[in-house]
Amino acid sequence: MYYVDPHIHMVSRTTDDYETLAKMGCVAMSEPAFWAGYDRGSVDGFRDYFRQLTETEPKRAAQFGIQHFTWLCINAKEAEDVQLSREVIAMIPEFLDCPNVLGIGEIGLNKNTKNEATVFLEHLELAVRTNQQILIHTPHLEDKFQGTRMILDMLVGDSRIDPSRVLVDHVEEHTIDLVLERGFWAGMTLYPISKCTPQRAADMIEKYGPERLMANSAGDWGPSKPTAIPDLILELRRRGHSEAAIGEVVYDNPVKFFSQSRRFDFIRPEQRNVRDQIELS
Amino acid sequence: MTRSAREVLEQEFLQVRAKTLEIAAFFDRLHAAEVSDIDHSQLDLLEQGCRILSDDKHDKAARVQLLFSRAYEADWREKFSL
Repeated sequence: MYYVDPHIHMVSRTTDDYETLAKMGCVAMSEPAFWAGYDRGSVDGFRDYFRQLTETEPKRAAQFGIQHFTWLCINAKEAEDVQLSREVIAMIPEFLDCPNVLGIGEIGLNKNTKNEATVFLEHLELAVRTNQQILIHTPHLEDKFQGTRMILDMLVGDSRIDPSRVLVDHVEEHTIDLVLERGFWAGMTLYPISKCTPQRAADMIEKYGPERLMANSAGDWGPSKPTAIPDLILELRRRGHSEAAIGEVVYDNPVKFFSQSRRFDFIRPEQRNVRDQIELS
Repeated sequence: MTRSAREVLEQEFLQVRAKTLEIAAFFDRLHAAEVSDIDHSQLDLLEQGCRILSDDKHDKAARVQLLFSRAYEADWREKFSL
């Protein structure tokens, strides 16, 4: 089965992972900008990172017939430094016309502080001003419920924001209905320990239905599994879901959501010539 | 749902049995360990979580999640002057 991973951090993964993902049916992915495991010291550190996301990773992915898309921002953890955040936000437009940029993300909250909320609102302003889609990170563990509510307050409080162009990621059992009932897209992150298991994600698909719902691996430098979406596919098959129903969550929905971005130049796998794509990379 | 209750139980019994044993063994380890200061609020949360598992109400996963969550305050924007 072909699938799209709408949230994965390939800068932290090996080229072998690209090959494995391609073998397992991954035909496209989107990579939001995130925390590198350390705080970057300057706006130029982010400029280099954005070059990696817009120049290097698309080429690495293309070697295996995978289309790579990306989202740009300063992540919630580093957003505690408001001055640096403002410098990064002012620099982001340099990259918004790159061919694989889908929008602003993953913006959000980490510890739900005033500084994080300030920078989140300034990212929203940039997205509105430049007509970008938005991908949102919701906090971890005990901060998730409170942070998700705060994020939704800020989004709903801005009438210029169209919920159908916003993906709120890392939803779990206590936040998914808050996101969906307000008209946003929701992403379930499949992690080995925190966030969601494939079994719990399957439960949520059964409870809420596939509409505006996606799953992702969020594979990164921490405990994570880049092949988590095939795990979910297998779980749904075990439960007796049809191939069409599974495909709606892992392929149709990401394509439908991303298609709202003018930069989503997606070539369906049946229309691709992988050899040409590899030769161009 | 694509499966009956009987199918869910039959297919997942061994997995859930194993997870139940893990929780039981954790409490055994805790009680067998040398007495020392512990964060009783954490232990209380775990014991409350176990009670949710055995009560007669639904939405157990969401309720366990909320048990381990910080409270949301609707006036947070005023407090932050945002």
